[in-house]
Amino acid sequence: MTRHIQRQIEHLKEKILHVGTLVEEAISKAITALINRDIPLAQRVMASDDEIDRMEVEVEEECLKILALYQPVAADLRFVVAALKINNDLERMGDLAKNIAKRVSQLAKVEQIELPPEIRTMAMQAQEMVKQCLDAVINADPVLARQVREEDDAVDEARQKIRQRVLRGIQAGPENVESLLRINSVSKHIERLADMATNVAEDVIYMVEGDIVRHRMTD
Amino acid sequence: MHAFAPDTAPGGDPAADSNRAPDDRLVAVAAGLEVPSELHDEVAGEQAVLEIRNFSLWYGSKQALHGITMPIPHSKVTALVGPSGCGKSTLLRSVNRLNDLVQSVRISGDMLLNGDPIYDRGTDVIELRKRMGMVFQKPNPFPMSIYENVVYALRIDGESNRGVLDEVCERSLRGAALWDEVKDRLADSALGLSGGQQQRLCIARAIAAEPEVLLLDEPCSALDPIATGKVEDLIQELRGRYSVLIVTHNMQQASRTSDYTAFMYLGRLIEYGPTTEIFTKPILRETEAYVTGRFG
Repeated sequence: MTRHIQRQIEHLKEKILHVGTLVEEAISKAITALINRDIPLAQRVMASDDEIDRMEVEVEEECLKILALYQPVAADLRFVVAALKINNDLERMGDLAKNIAKRVSQLAKVEQIELPPEIRTMAMQAQEMVKQCLDAVINADPVLARQVREEDDAVDEARQKIRQRVLRGIQAGPENVESLLRINSVSKHIERLADMATNVAEDVIYMVEGDIVRHRMTD
Repeated sequence: MHAFAPDTAPGGDPAADSNRAPDDRLVAVAAGLEVPSELHDEVAGEQAVLEIRNFSLWYGSKQALHGITMPIPHSKVTALVGPSGCGKSTLLRSVNRLNDLVQSVRISGDMLLNGDPIYDRGTDVIELRKRMGMVFQKPNPFPMSIYENVVYALRIDGESNRGVLDEVCERSLRGAALWDEVKDRLADSALGLSGGQQQRLCIARAIAAEPEVLLLDEPCSALDPIATGKVEDLIQELRGRYSVLIVTHNMQQASRTSDYTAFMYLGRLIEYGPTTEIFTKPILRETEAYVTGRFG
């Protein structure tokens, strides 16, 4: 016989996965819109954030309900606590996708500005990290979670390269400063996406192994 | 385990299991195999008031305890948990030799109370029991006044100085968080108190003799939730001043009241460590399965 708390936890898991899917889609569409200068797609991304926000509240209520009614311990407790934190990070990822989409509408109007090639690379890397961290959640896979943590450095490096490029671009053509700052901002958002994926990965490690690895370079 | 949980509990060492036939320790225990206890390092770091050393007990031909070795830390609350029949009450009752009263009981190993052997031939059981306090499942106040209940141990020890008795009575009732409720009716019969008050009176009676260890055998199982809450608060208060060993079948009570938790199964000590560790990340998946209610 399945115990009630296990049913509740399964239910919570489904909800988290639903939020994860919505967020992954929003990120993917925001990146595609950025690369293809697709304003209608960017607008759809912005509109979809409301659903993510609504789901975030639902998941949080679900977690609080389980904590209050079942007082979970050990693996169950770690799962509910990780779910609370992952939920929070997913919602922020949704916001970042929305922010990227906003910049798309602004950048698409300025034809002469080319996106730096690193943007596409780092966007792909960040997207892959998001996908992997969600897989790590679904499969409770600390090995994959550790891999995600390691991938963050490459995204940070790409972000620095773009920053340098933007600085040089501003020096070479001060008239482009606004667009270049937007590109800089997009790269910052993508870097934050990768950071959030890393957070989720760290929560997966806690959920499975019970160790808090945050703020530790090696574990 | 739900889909998110790993096959092994955090920190578990799969290699340690590899040379035993069944992978699951509880299955191994059930099959009668030797299974080492998992003692956390923190337990070994504590000064022990009571040391249980390779203690086994048989009821006739049936072995109820299998080589239990565990130190009980000084001035801390230690909870024994485990499914019915795991031997936790037997172990507790062995500490003050209550099982001596049961015919056909045979033991091996020893226990030391502050270094003094409990099961030595020369041990005076009456003197030994004076050094411990015990509280049972059902409150058992004596049919006399509240006052006389509390000072009973001193009376039978020959203490008749009213000043001493008064002082011990007040200190013990305060210690048991009962003073304010009964101070104006100390001469009333203890049997008129509520169940929760009676149980706290029993705790007051137990601590009146300044025991070296306080043994609580499911002290809340006959109480309603409010009385249970008060007794649990009291156990928290006793922490630091008394060494408490408590048997409970209520997992949340163990997590709320104790510093250390020992998980027993079929007469064996399975895992023993700080309560926060046992209830957040136990070393063994078997412990995890028990504390999350997946069996037992």
